[in-house]
Amino acid sequence: MTVMTLIDAIREAMDEELERDPRVFITGEDVGERGGVFRATQGLHEKYGDTRIVDSPLAELSIVAIGIGAALTDLRPICEIQFADFIHPAFNQIVNEAARFYYRSNGQWHVPLVIRSPYGGGIGGGLYHSQSVEAFFAHVPGLKIVVPSTPYDAKGLLKSAVRDPNPVLFFEPKKGYRAIKGEVPDDDYTIPIGPARIAREGRDLSVFAYGMMAHYTMMAAEKVAREDGIDAEVIDLRTLLPIDKAAILASVKKTGKALIVHEDNLTMGYGAEIAAVLSDEGFEYLDGPVKRYAAPDVPGVPFSHPMQEYFMPNPDKIADAIRDLAAY
Amino acid sequence: MPNKETLLEWYRQMTLIRQFEEKCHALYWDKRITGVYMHLYSGHEAIGVGAVAALREDDHAITSYRDHGIALARGIDPKPLMAEMMGKKTGISGGKGGSMHLASREHNFWGGYAIVAGHLPLAAGIALESRYNDKDAVVLCLLGDGASNNGYFHEALNMSAIWDLPVIWLIENNGYGMGTAVHRVSGQPELHKKAVAYGMKDLGCVDGQQVLEVYEAVSEAVAYARERGPVMLEAVTYRYSGHGVSDRQYNTRLEDELRDWLENKDPNKLFCQYLQSKYKGIDEQLHQLDLAMHALVEEAVEYAESQPAPTYDDLFTNVYA
Ligand SMILES: Cc1ncc(C[n+]2csc(CCOP(=O)(O)OP(=O)(O)O)c2C)c(N)n1
Ligand SMILES: [Mg+2]
Repeated sequence: MTVMTLIDAIREAMDEELERDPRVFITGEDVGERGGVFRATQGLHEKYGDTRIVDSPLAELSIVAIGIGAALTDLRPICEIQFADFIHPAFNQIVNEAARFYYRSNGQWHVPLVIRSPYGGGIGGGLYHSQSVEAFFAHVPGLKIVVPSTPYDAKGLLKSAVRDPNPVLFFEPKKGYRAIKGEVPDDDYTIPIGPARIAREGRDLSVFAYGMMAHYTMMAAEKVAREDGIDAEVIDLRTLLPIDKAAILASVKKTGKALIVHEDNLTMGYGAEIAAVLSDEGFEYLDGPVKRYAAPDVPGVPFSHPMQEYFMPNPDKIADAIRDLAAY
Repeated sequence: MPNKETLLEWYRQMTLIRQFEEKCHALYWDKRITGVYMHLYSGHEAIGVGAVAALREDDHAITSYRDHGIALARGIDPKPLMAEMMGKKTGISGGKGGSMHLASREHNFWGGYAIVAGHLPLAAGIALESRYNDKDAVVLCLLGDGASNNGYFHEALNMSAIWDLPVIWLIENNGYGMGTAVHRVSGQPELHKKAVAYGMKDLGCVDGQQVLEVYEAVSEAVAYARERGPVMLEAVTYRYSGHGVSDRQYNTRLEDELRDWLENKDPNKLFCQYLQSKYKGIDEQLHQLDLAMHALVEEAVEYAESQPAPTYDDLFTNVYA
């Protein structure tokens, strides 16, 4: 085991996959010599050269679409979108081509593509360097969506994503790149895409979260345990699509209460789907309303520091939401 | 040829921009300006000032996130601009936008845009109104070299060409898009030649460090756009503070290159020398302008720091019109 940061784990996963499979290559803006804006690909260009670590022009649509084309030929592209906020020009390519190719060709072609992108606010990035975009894509069958919160999961899941025959969107909580540290095994391992993880066992209520909010929710759970004696179960969803219904239902069956936390704004967010799953299939288990705690419905994370803080969920706010539901 | 008064006004603006940017830089490292992204205009002054000087008040200007210089050249008071840098309630965008989203409707300055090249089709749309309502106003759209490789560029240029929209596409070629040099990502590194693909008027390339050259070229472009339709122009320049203030790495990597520009091709220095040789005994006047701009920036900082922060309720304003 080695203790490392989230970004180190992501880099190691790519390094090892590049080493393992000559079909794997990386493209994106400044991913080469410069090592990416967040240094996710630092050192890889030196090691693997121009053909496999490819600086692209400023062209998100084509970064993704060239990845799709290459994936169709069975290469294994990892496309980096510098910030999730910039993924929108590639929306058509992801939704209309990547997600539907296998289906519409009746299985003749599949798209083994990974799109990595940092997401999320709280870093002073303002409206266009802070977005959470998972809900736009979680509506699209044919895509897989992964949002890790620990270095261990990030490395294992990214390796699975590279090996997966489907298009995988891999959203990384940029605020946690260096802030989140954890143990990572030294040998090759993968974590399957799909299953959620019980991050903390508890009896009183279940909290569902992913990415940075899973990290914050763990802090909030410890806080309410300490201060209020509330025993919250924390489920780190890790994979958003496909959704791990079994894990969600099993947890609520045990606790009887559910809180969903995400950093994306509330309305039509990913939490709505979990609430619907619980309403459809977990009604019998519920001892209270399914609650969501999410960012407010405004068009983005504003620049101004105090407004950003009003916008962002944080461990204290999540702890309050846990207390409210526990008291129901 | 612009008269002495006009030239002094340009000198004043270029000095103001440089002082404003240097102050922003210092405030950033002093943590009095928060946020991670701020892209300074230092090095580009001659382009912003020369180009905006070629516009009428009813003409329009639109640019990327590297927008401080254009906002100042357009005549916006530095106070609400500095307040925006600090995320204050009275900032020009209410603190919501920050450094990359300065904009002022009353100045026909349509703002900075963080999504690279995203503003290009908008510029065409703004120009469409001018044609639609039989006005003769034009749109000055500034963009970076990196933006010229984006799909939006292709679509916006083509549409402006087929509909004869009055846009001046002014590429500020500072050699890099973040860490990537132009020739590595542009099949045609002589960027102005891209106009040819759209059957658009190509006005070539000017020295972006010479405010008079920029002014003359953009004036010609404006006249053409007003009469006929879109034109493209490239101005070669250099960014002094890396891609953005947090990017110290670029400066160290490119130290020699940067020094050469600073010492030999600095737009403000060159213009100062020009004025000194043209008008004997102007030194004192220039010095007074330097001092006045220094004071203006200091006042803006004082103002900005005294302003209230946005409240919780401000988070919810302007969601719907
Ligand atoms: C759509 C999009 N992709 C990527 C970025 C990140 N980014 C911001 S500026 C920039 C480089 C732009 O270079 P250029 O157009 O030459 O403008 P300059 O910064 O040199 O003025 C990049 C890659 C972004 N803001 N938007
Ligand atoms: Mg550039």
